Amino acid sequence: MNRLVERLRELLGARALDLIVDRGEVTLVVDGADVVDVGEALRDTPDLAFKLLLDVSGVDYQTYGQADWRTQEASSTGFSRGVSRAQETVEAPAFPGRFGVVYHLLSVAHNLRLRMKAYLGDEPPRLPSVVDVWPAANWYEREAFDLFGILFEGHPDLRRILTDYGFIGHPFRKDFPLEGHVEVRYDAEKQRVVYQPVTIENRVLVPRVIRGDGRHGH
Amino acid sequence: MPEIRNMTLNFGPQHPAAHGVLRLILEMDGEVIERADPHIGLLHRATEKLAESKPFNQSIGYMDRLDYVSMMCNEHAYVMAIERLLGITPPIRAQYIRVMFDEITRILNHLMWLGAHGLDIGAMTMFLYCFREREDLMDCYEAVSGTRMHATYYRPGGVYRDLPDRMPQYEVSKWRSEAECRELNRNRQGSMLDFIDDFADRFPACVDEYETLLTDNRIWKQRTVDIGIVTPERALALGFTGPMLRGSGIAWDLRKKQPYEVYADLDFDIPVGVNGDCYDRYLVRVEEMRQSARIIKQCVQWLKANPGPVILEDHKLTPPKRGEMKGDMESLIHHFKLFTEGYCVPAGEVYAAVEHPKGEFGIYLVSDGANKPYRLKARAPGFAHLSAMNELATGHMLADVVAIIGTMDIVFGEIDR
Repeated sequence: MNRLVERLRELLGARALDLIVDRGEVTLVVDGADVVDVGEALRDTPDLAFKLLLDVSGVDYQTYGQADWRTQEASSTGFSRGVSRAQETVEAPAFPGRFGVVYHLLSVAHNLRLRMKAYLGDEPPRLPSVVDVWPAANWYEREAFDLFGILFEGHPDLRRILTDYGFIGHPFRKDFPLEGHVEVRYDAEKQRVVYQPVTIENRVLVPRVIRGDGRHGH
Repeated sequence: MPEIRNMTLNFGPQHPAAHGVLRLILEMDGEVIERADPHIGLLHRATEKLAESKPFNQSIGYMDRLDYVSMMCNEHAYVMAIERLLGITPPIRAQYIRVMFDEITRILNHLMWLGAHGLDIGAMTMFLYCFREREDLMDCYEAVSGTRMHATYYRPGGVYRDLPDRMPQYEVSKWRSEAECRELNRNRQGSMLDFIDDFADRFPACVDEYETLLTDNRIWKQRTVDIGIVTPERALALGFTGPMLRGSGIAWDLRKKQPYEVYADLDFDIPVGVNGDCYDRYLVRVEEMRQSARIIKQCVQWLKANPGPVILEDHKLTPPKRGEMKGDMESLIHHFKLFTEGYCVPAGEVYAAVEHPKGEFGIYLVSDGANKPYRLKARAPGFAHLSAMNELATGHMLADVVAIIGTMDIVFGEIDR
C-alpha cells in the first residue's frame, strides 16, 4: 500500500494533487486536464500496469453534508413532525468542484487497485475523454454524461445511454427531483402513449440525519 | 440489375434471444454484421438514485433486483461496502453462510445461463435439465429467506437469520399424490444443510449429464468454437472480468487473488480458457459449477461442526431478538431507532467488489456521515461486456450474434440498473 503511494508520488510528481490512503484503498486526485497523461502513465509503467479500467463514476457533491434534521440538541428540544428538506449543514469538507469523476483501476499483473479522481467546477463540467487509454471507458463516459451532464471531450460517440429517447435533464444530479419531471401513460383517445407532468409526490419517510457522535466509528 | 445495399436490422427489445430488453441496431452486409449498436436503458430504474433517498438497510432488497439471477452476490458487495465503512467484521459463521450462498448463487446463475444459452442456439433439452436443478437451489433460498429469488438475506454485520433445522417438505395435494411426495421428500428429511450436502453430492453427476449433451456435440461446437474470440490484451482493454476474462486465458479471480470472507481457507481451482471463444467460456463456466459444488461441500462440513452467532450483537446496527424486545426497554428503543432512522455511517468512500458469477461486481459507496448513502455506484460486469458487442459481433453472421449475447451472460437488471 505505502509502496504504491511512494511509487505514484515518484512517477507523477506534481501531477498527483493528493494521495489518500483510507480503509486500505488508495485514492489519487489529479487535475481534470491531466487524466489522459496520468492514465497513460499508470497503464504503461511496467511495475504498475493498470490495464483494466473497472468503472467510471460521476459524483455530484452539491448537497454533501446536508441533513434534514439537526440531531445534536434534539433530546432537549424534541423534533417537530414536519420534515423540511435539506436545511442543516454539518461542516462539510470543501470540494474543489461540484462534480467528481472517479475512475477505478485494477492491475491484474501486480494485484493492485487504485482510485483516480478528478474534480470539475464549471458548468457544463468538461473533462478529456480516456477512451484512447482504456477502450472500456466508452460506455462508462456515456453513462456519466447521461446522468450527470459531464462532457467528455474527444469521446467518439457521446450519446445518452440509460435514459429514454428524447429525455431532458441529467437525472443523477442532486438538484434533479427523485420523482422526475414527466411520466407516461396510454391515452385511449389518441391511441398512443403520451408524456405528461408527474402527478406523484415524493414523500420522505425517513429524514436524512447526520450524527457526528461517532457511535459507529469503532 | 438490382441495387445492392446494406440493411439495417432492428433486433429486440422484445426478442427471446435478447435476454431481456436489449435493442440491437445491426448494420448488415448480406448476412454479415458490419456494425452492432446496442441500445440499452429500457430497464433503467435509477436504483442508485433511489438508494440515496433511503436508509442503508432499505436498499439491500434493491440489490437483489440488479442482477436478478444472482441475487445474493449483489447483496454481498453492498453489505461488504457498508461493513468496510463502519469498520465491522461479521461473525465467522455468517461468513461461511455467505460463501455457501454465494456459491449456490453461482450455480443458480450458471444454470440459468447454460439453459438459456443452450436454448438460444438450439439445445432445447438443456433448458429443462438446468431448471430441474435450479428448483432445488431455489428451495434453499426459500427455506432460508422466505423468498425464492429476491432474498434480502445478507445484512451489514452478518446474515438475517441462521439456517433452518428442518428442510421444508412437499405436501400431499390434489396435484401431488402421497407416493410422489414421498419420492420428492426423500432427501428433505433432515436439516437444510443435509439437503445442500446431498445436492453437492449429486450435482457433479448432473454436470456430467449436461456435458454429455453439449461438450462433444457437433452442432454445439459449430455454433460456439471460434465465435467471438477475444485476445487476453483486448479482454483487459475492454474491461472484461470473470469468465469472460478467464476464457481468454487470464487467471484472475477475486476469490483467489483478493480473498474476501473465508475464501482463503477453502480449497478450489480456477478454470482458465485458451482460445477466448464462446466454447472456451462455456467450458470455464461448466467447470466453475463443479468447483462451486466443491466449495459448498466444504462450507456445509464447517457449518455442521461449528454453531455460533450469525450476526453481530451490536444493536445500533442489527435488530435485537424478538423475545428480548418483549421484556427489555432498551431493546425496544434500539429496535425503534433502527427501523425508523437506521444507523449513521462514518463519512468516507469505499469500493467493495466480489467475484460475481458474471465478473467483478463492485459497489462504490460515498457516505457523508448520514443514515443514507450519499452516492452509490454499482459496477456491473455485464455493462462492460455488452459495450464490447460491436467489436465481438463485427464480421460474424447474424446467427452468431445470438451466440455472442449468450456467451456474455447478459442480464439487464444489472446493465441498466
